[in-house]
Amino acid sequence: MIQATLLALVALGAPAVVLTRDPLRMAVVNGLYGLVLVLLFVALAAPDVALSMLVVSCIAYPLVLLIAISRSRS
Amino acid sequence: MSRRARLAIFAPALVGFAALLVWGVAGLPHFGHYRGPYGHVVNRIVIPERHVSNAVNATTYDIRGFDTMGEEFILFAAVTGVVLLLRGSGRTRAEKDDVVRSDVVRAAGAVAPAVVVLVGLWVAAFGFVTPGGGFQGGVAVAGGAAVLFVTLGYRAWSRLGNESILDPLEGLGAGGYVVVGVAALASGLPFLTNIFGFGVAGTLRSGGSAELLNWAAAIEVAAANLILMTEFVEQYLVRGRS
Amino acid sequence: MSYAPYAVAAWICVVGLYGIVTSRNLIHLGVCLTVTQSSTYVLLLAVGYVHNGGPPIFTGVPPGTRAVDPVVQALTLTDIVVSVTVLALILALALDVHRHAGTIDPDEIAELHG
Repeated sequence: MIQATLLALVALGAPAVVLTRDPLRMAVVNGLYGLVLVLLFVALAAPDVALSMLVVSCIAYPLVLLIAISRSRS
Repeated sequence: MSRRARLAIFAPALVGFAALLVWGVAGLPHFGHYRGPYGHVVNRIVIPERHVSNAVNATTYDIRGFDTMGEEFILFAAVTGVVLLLRGSGRTRAEKDDVVRSDVVRAAGAVAPAVVVLVGLWVAAFGFVTPGGGFQGGVAVAGGAAVLFVTLGYRAWSRLGNESILDPLEGLGAGGYVVVGVAALASGLPFLTNIFGFGVAGTLRSGGSAELLNWAAAIEVAAANLILMTEFVEQYLVRGRS
Repeated sequence: MSYAPYAVAAWICVVGLYGIVTSRNLIHLGVCLTVTQSSTYVLLLAVGYVHNGGPPIFTGVPPGTRAVDPVVQALTLTDIVVSVTVLALILALALDVHRHAGTIDPDEIAELHG
């Protein structure tokens, strides 16, 4: 039941990331998509993978994305 | 090729690829009815033979340690590529006046990086007892250093984020992995055999040479992510303030 | 529910590929690539799942308890951390292109100037 809900959210989140064309908004939506993936991985009994996705999508992705976006606008 | 022509070729190819994917996954066993014996065998032997409670990390650093060495070198090569592209691209080490003006942020910066780095080190150290391990802990430690940059400005960060510290650390991590494997070769056993004594499963001292490989991976991942952040931060500050 | 995770993984892969091909921004392209990679994570974890299985960590738990497959989790977690550096490499290339060509639209970067 929980897994079905989270799978549906992931299936909705991927097109949301792809269809957001503005890079800054896409960075935010990508962060939310990463959090939903973390919940899905916990529901699939994979805590190591969930930890890995959590640190990556909340620390590493926003940092490199935001710096690249700000540099590509000037 | 114009955009319209590209899309015209892509659309049927995508439909064909989607059909191939659906046909492929329809042949898998039903969700939840995992058939293969490898997973069940690993779950059964991981405490008696490897003396490690966390089966995922036992697989990563001990049973399939060779694959992790390959992943580490993917990391190494990608970071080398980024450094070649971005480092030394004509920037000047001008006066960097990056000052954080808010006192609340600076006060948080006195505490927050240390907390994050400690949590990251804890996650890396307890990898064989709880979920965690070198890869996750390495990224968390690099995140702590990023918090240092965000809260305290460039001057505090530049003590940590410079090439003379990070490049040797990254080499230590990647090379250390290979050295531990070669140590097994030197005693006449196959590469990456677990030769240091197994401890007691469920404690910190467990897993033998997999512990050393865990720390080598943690150091390498932390240093690699810090190098990436350093290059991007230099791009942001030195070339961007115009 | 028996094939739903695999269908979701295939859907995410197709969506990511569509995003890569129709992208107008190299940064957007990099993120669509990570979305495609995430479909492989979902597929791998769904293949290894055991019904009513717990996580494959046996601290304080008798070693015969039902647990999911640890091998696919080991593959997935190293892959996630490595994908960050691959994204950083793509973004560094995008910044380099921006410096030389002034744009990060893949359609406008038509020719290479010697």
